[in-house]
Amino acid sequence: MVRVYDLAHSRAGDKGDTSNISVIAYDEPAWLILREQLTAERVMEAFAHIAKGPVRRYELPKLGALNFVIERALGGGVTRSLAQDVHGKSLSSLMLTIELPGRPPPGAVHALPTTVQT
Amino acid sequence: MRSSEELLRIGAGASFADDRIAPAVDLAERGELDYLVFECLAERTVARENLTRMKDPEKGYTPRLLDRIGAVLPACVSNSVRIVSNMGAANPDAAARLIRRHAQEQGLGDVTCAVVRGDDVADIVRRQPDLQIMETGEPLESILPRMASANAYLGADVICRALDTGAQIVITGRVADPSLFLAPAMHHYGWRYDDWERIGSGTAAGHLLECCAQVSGGCFADPGKKDVPDLARLGFPFADVAPDGRFWISKLADSGGRVDLATCKEQLLYEVHDPAQYITPDCVLDITDLELMQVEHDRVSFHGAKARPRTATYKVTVGYHDGYIGEGQISYAGINAVPKAKLAAEIVQQRLKDRGFSYAEVRVDLIGMSSVHGMGAGRPEPYEVRMRLATRTTERKAAEAVGFEVRALHVNGPGGGGGGSDPVVREILAVQSVLLPRPLVDRQVVVEKL
Repeated sequence: MVRVYDLAHSRAGDKGDTSNISVIAYDEPAWLILREQLTAERVMEAFAHIAKGPVRRYELPKLGALNFVIERALGGGVTRSLAQDVHGKSLSSLMLTIELPGRPPPGAVHALPTTVQT
Repeated sequence: MRSSEELLRIGAGASFADDRIAPAVDLAERGELDYLVFECLAERTVARENLTRMKDPEKGYTPRLLDRIGAVLPACVSNSVRIVSNMGAANPDAAARLIRRHAQEQGLGDVTCAVVRGDDVADIVRRQPDLQIMETGEPLESILPRMASANAYLGADVICRALDTGAQIVITGRVADPSLFLAPAMHHYGWRYDDWERIGSGTAAGHLLECCAQVSGGCFADPGKKDVPDLARLGFPFADVAPDGRFWISKLADSGGRVDLATCKEQLLYEVHDPAQYITPDCVLDITDLELMQVEHDRVSFHGAKARPRTATYKVTVGYHDGYIGEGQISYAGINAVPKAKLAAEIVQQRLKDRGFSYAEVRVDLIGMSSVHGMGAGRPEPYEVRMRLATRTTERKAAEAVGFEVRALHVNGPGGGGGGSDPVVREILAVQSVLLPRPLVDRQVVVEKL
């Protein structure tokens, strides 16, 4: 397993009751893992105890970045939320705690069925 | 240093009403700026300042107005740096009068201020009760009786008109943050609203600068992982904008911070939803094809912003009264700290109920454990914890009772409770948004005279 923290950096922003959280890959191999494995479903699962969702995911291949938009994530919105972090600025740190399978372990490729030569 | 005399240099002087002041002075003095832009209005600031203005017609601008403008004005006057700012909040006319008076008192001469008016659309939306609230889908009518303010996010066009007057300072109320930065570029180069590549580029530059130090190393450091040089002396950024719309983000060489692909990408996506459709009053910006390149140390170039024509409406923030928040805090430490904190929260809620109070929402936080990210699975219990109980209610008395009962825990609660907070009661000014057709908004520019 690999943490998103080891692959990317992140910043969270707010608009009303919606949080957007960027995930920006440190390099190309990290980007390939994130693009494949950091799905909207995986993010919703990690935020389920805070946000009602849904989660939308946008890919920015030129930046090597993903942008997640999480609805109903800020306790009703910055201006009326009872939370301490009303802007959800710290939610970028929660995003970085998500663990992903990462690369397939060495040898996994050989376990795949191979073409039988005749 | 500017790499070419042909570039227009726009500095960022503030990202919110309580931002640091010294880095803006540094930019004004040594930045070789053409413009210095201060963005000081959060979502509900105008609503709050509108209430201030109703109590005192000469107030209602951002509270630190003179601290900030007074600090940079001597350098801006002597270096011919023009200032654009939304520090006018709910009373840009009064802000402009105050600045002019201050300039004369300080012997800086007759500093002209142009005022942008028309963002206050409270009277207009009152006549449009059927407008749909974007966040809830309800008609505006549902919050009209409690409305405290309604302000349209104006665009760069009216700021350009203010710059056309030749005024050294332009003071606005609510305008879109990127528009504050786009306007000087449009004014300087004569860009028009059919040149979408340049309008998009200027909007992207504005978006990168609107949060000031967030593009030059602020809100970024993670010790040992993402270090920021001399963070204590973090400098503010500026953009060098070319006539064709290409631009570079940089900062003064001997200030703290860093400007590189990592800081720029974080800010580029900040508060963006669909990156192909970032809606401002000036355009619909698409940043998906934007190319970033580190051209020098602390200098990143941008080109390839795209944009489509602006929408037919202005976004309007409606501020309204939404009751009160009552809050109290107390700490527990050592063995069994967490169960003590949980018991304390239960006791307070029972006592509030017994006194006949009820609340629309109650939140218990265990600070140090679950107050910011909630209670995830497998978290260890901390050595010490601070219990925070917060409620929302329409009754002030019910809100006041919360802090009272939390503080009473010192004597009437679990053993070893310490450091109880003073009771907190806050009046809630909530905001919602509606879209208002452009022709209904009357935008004006007035040059303030003594």
